Parts: sequence; structure tokens; C-alpha cells
Amino acid sequence: MTTTQLETTQRAAAKPRKANNQRDRLAGPVVMALIYGFLGFLALLAAFPFYYMLVTSTHRTAEILSIPPPMWFGPSLMVNYQDLIAALPFWNALINSIAISTLFTVLVLFFCSLGGYGFAKYRFPGREGLFAFLLATLMVPGVIGLIPSFVIMNWLNWLDTWNPLIIPGIANAFGIFWMRQYIDSAVPGDMVDAARIDGAHEFRIYWNIVIPVITPALAALAILTFMGKWNDFQWPLLILKDEAKYTLPVALSTLRSLRGSEIGVQILGATGAIMPILIVFLAASRQFISGITVGSMK
Amino acid sequence: MATLTVDQRRARDRANTWKEIKSNRWAYLFISPFYLLYAVFGMFPLLYGLWLSLHVWDGISPMRWIGIENYAKLLVDDIWWQAIGNTIWLFAAATTPQLALALVLAFIINSSYIRGKEFFRAAYFMPIVASAVAVSLIFTSLFGQRYGMINFGLSFFGIEPINWLNSRQWLKPSIALVTIWQWTGYTMIIFLAGLQSINPELYEAARVDGATTKDVFRHITLPLLRPVILFQVVLAIIGAMQVFDIPVMLAGGTQSSAPGGTGRAGLVSMVLIYWTAFKYTQFGYASAMAFILFVLIVIFSLGYNSWQGGNPTD
Repeated sequence: MTTTQLETTQRAAAKPRKANNQRDRLAGPVVMALIYGFLGFLALLAAFPFYYMLVTSTHRTAEILSIPPPMWFGPSLMVNYQDLIAALPFWNALINSIAISTLFTVLVLFFCSLGGYGFAKYRFPGREGLFAFLLATLMVPGVIGLIPSFVIMNWLNWLDTWNPLIIPGIANAFGIFWMRQYIDSAVPGDMVDAARIDGAHEFRIYWNIVIPVITPALAALAILTFMGKWNDFQWPLLILKDEAKYTLPVALSTLRSLRGSEIGVQILGATGAIMPILIVFLAASRQFISGITVGSMK
Repeated sequence: MATLTVDQRRARDRANTWKEIKSNRWAYLFISPFYLLYAVFGMFPLLYGLWLSLHVWDGISPMRWIGIENYAKLLVDDIWWQAIGNTIWLFAAATTPQLALALVLAFIINSSYIRGKEFFRAAYFMPIVASAVAVSLIFTSLFGQRYGMINFGLSFFGIEPINWLNSRQWLKPSIALVTIWQWTGYTMIIFLAGLQSINPELYEAARVDGATTKDVFRHITLPLLRPVILFQVVLAIIGAMQVFDIPVMLAGGTQSSAPGGTGRAGLVSMVLIYWTAFKYTQFGYASAMAFILFVLIVIFSLGYNSWQGGNPTD
């Protein structure tokens, strides 16, 4: 059930249909106005916290805690900024987040497309069993591994390093599954065979022939992977002890506990974590959404 | 060929299999990273976690075997069951409205009479791209009792200021609201993708037969979307039972000495496991909790699946 359903989802996500399906008449003009009002109201609800975040970043606590609360930008952005970088190594955390997420994403793209290619274009003994096992691991809840994984990282002397945040997930079941589905349908077997007859090395076939054809799938997986790693919280919170190694969410979580700290400063920190992803999203929302739809498996 | 003995045939098959394996050695190499990593960082922790749960261990001194004592203790641990109760409460209160709202929105937006689909899709989807920690900081401010924007808004309807984050009564609803805010758009997008894969001719046919919008929704959309809904519910169960980021941040943060906030109303199982293991250094006891939670997740998702997934309509 899962596989076919996912394929449908993927197909639908790959090319959002322009002309629409439902030809049923919804209602007359009054009801239509109500429907648009409802949709617009919800869109406002979805967007308001972001607007509030931007506005609040520019105020001091004294202004934020007044009635009515500030609804427009204030003069205190620079003061909040100075407080923020005094309270935590913000730029350092930002750079750490960028570095970890980028490195992780690049490695995931490589290992998952390689694994997906292996499953899609070779017929080897044990293929079905190995693939079924891979799918089954997707259904294992992460909670069971949290404590023992921490102990293992301790044995490996990897606590307070970036290794635990990067290495375990670089060849993950979801990415391989997703790449296999795509390569299966997007890369013609003839193309691979022709290259093989020409004497191309197996790895060269993957690198020179397969990779160029599957860039849309790589882009979608890249978006998903990067966003997931960027927002990841529990695991880095557990692993990272040295403030200089913190990622943004971990650094931000310490702001919550600083007693009597400025609200505007906390919110400015949140702005710093949200804006990079939000800007990319607003610039490429279509690709983002289709990437996530495909990732609904997760 | 026909004269081969059984042994000879077996030997030949073996040789063939071996030849096949050898000729596909690159494929094995290509897929091997997953299995190597999973063995070390997936499979082994699973078994080791079970092993840990049968011991008393503070993470430093030698482990002491106590059999199933941790599990026996858990059965009568009120805090643990409170955490499980909170988790299930949050799952019900956050997931049900989220799925229902997402379904209705997907149905409306999929309709051919709605303009600006791209805009609404993007707007509803925005919350999910934001870090849950950052979102929690924003909502902590929005939920402020005396000066928060939400109470300010409610005051226009004559509603007295609500103590959202520091009362036993309102902490869970606050967590549920933030979860709904963050996840509804995402769920809607998944449903929308499912709707777009429904054959448009079905709608045509229904219209020709004079079906109303309500009929179409109940008799075409819902049954055909069933597998997608089913799958989303199972994913929601798995996700909600392990929720951590939003509850921990709204209920006092990661340095809090009273996890779960006032009256432990926001204490979910994942937060309790985290504190038990890494703040109170009871690794064995926390591992037993993790294992029980794991079993509950499996029971709930399989249970739901066999309850709802039993009779496919298509």
C-alpha cells in the first residue's frame, strides 16, 4: 500500500496540475466571499507570528509589555542586536548551522543517490529482501535509540563534536528510498547499458550519466535534508556542550532560560534562525512544497 | 543437462548465484553505506537500549543487572503515566483538529473555483519551515498573560486574560495550539497532492448525475483519499508520541528544574525520558521508559491501521 500511494504522491508533487479537477460548482457569490474570507483569515493567522517576530525584534521589553502591544517597527533593533551577541555567540552558531547543514546535505545527496541507483538499476541476489529491510527501518521510532546512541557516541569519543550530527544519517533509508523511486522512472536502462558496452566504469556511469538526469530529485532531497538538519534540536542539544560549537536552535534554547532577559533580544535570535530558511522558502516556495510533499514519507 | 544429479544441480546453482553476486559487486558496494551505518547507529542501539533497560546505571559506575525491575517500577510510577496521559491528550487535541482542518482546506483549495492557489499554499505552508525552538520563543511572548498579543486580541471579545503558559489548565492547550499552527499547512499540502491524483472524470460524472459538493466530498473525495489519510494518521501517531521541541520550550526550557511546567501539565513522555536519562542520569530506568513508549507507538499505529485500514473501498 505504502509504495504505490507514495508513487502517486510523488507524481502529484512533481508537477502540480494547472487546470483543476473538481468541476462541481461550489456556491454563489456570497458563499464564495465567505470562503475567501475564511481562507484569507487563516493565511493571516499563519503569517502573523512572523510579522510579530519582525516587529518585536525592534522593541525593548518595556515597549513590548504595554497595552496595546506594538504593531509597528520600533527603534531598538541595534540595541537588541548588541544584547544578543553579548548573550550568545550568535554569528558563530549561525556559521555552525550553515556548515553542519551544508556538509550533511552534500553527503546525503551523494550516498543516497548512490544507494538509490544501486537498488534501481541492478538486479542482484537479495535485492528485494535488503530493500524491504531498508523500508522497515523507516517505521522504527527514534525514541528507542536516543539513550544508547548517546552512550555509543561517548565510547567513540564523539561527544561535543559534529560527527554524531552528521555521520549516522548520511546514508539514510528515506533518502535512498526516494532516490530509488526517482531513478527507477527517470533513468532509462538502455542508457546505462549503452554506457556499459562503451566500457564505462560502473562508478563513472553513476557519476557522468545518472547524476545529470536526476537533478530535480536531488534538489528536492537537498531542501528537505537541509531544512531538517537546520531545525534539528534534541540530538544536537544532547551532543554539544561547548558553546562555541552550538547550532542555532541549541543556542536559542539557552536564551529561554536567561532570567530577566529582554524579550526583544530572544525574538531577534528567533528571527536569525527563521529568516534564512524563510527567505529561501519565499523565493522558491513551489520547489520547497513539492520537495516536502515527496518527503511526506518521513 | 537432464543427466545432472541433484548435487550437481545444487553446485551449479550455487556457482550461478556466486557469479551473479560477483558481477553485481558494484551494486553491493553502492548500497553498503546504509547497512554499515544502520548496523552501528541503528540496529546496535536498539538492542543495547533493551539491554540497558534491564540494568541500573548512572552512566559512570559499573552497570548492575536488575532484570525487569525497571519495568515493574514504571508500572506504578505516577509521573510516567501522567506523562503518557499528557502525550496522548496532546496527540488527540493537536492532531484531530489539524487533520480535519487540513482536509477541508485541501478540498477547498483543490476546487476549480478558487483563485490564488499558489498564494494560499505558500502561506499555509510557511510555519513548517521555521525552527520549533524559534517558534516557541515567539509564542512564549504571544502567550504572555498580562501583555501578550493573544490575550490582548481576546480582550476585544470580553475574554479575561488567560494564564496560558503557567497554569495547569492552559499549558497543554497552548502546546496544542502551536502544534496546530505549525503543522496544519503541511498536512494540507500532503492531502492536496493526494486530491490532485484523483481522476477528474469522477467529478465530471458526479456532476452530471447532479451530486452536490457535500456528496462529492463524502462519496468521492473521502473514500479515494483514505489511504493518504490513513498514512498521515499513522505518521502523526509516531510523531506525536515522540514530540519534544515545542513542549519542552513552552514549559520552561531546557534548563528547567521542573520539567513539564506547572503541575507537570506539559510533561510529555519524551521530555521525561530526556530528563531521567540526561539530567538525573538514570540511564537504565529511562531506557525502560523508551522501550515502553516504543511498544505503545507500535500498538497504536498497528491498532489504528487494522481498525481503519481493514476494508479498502477502492
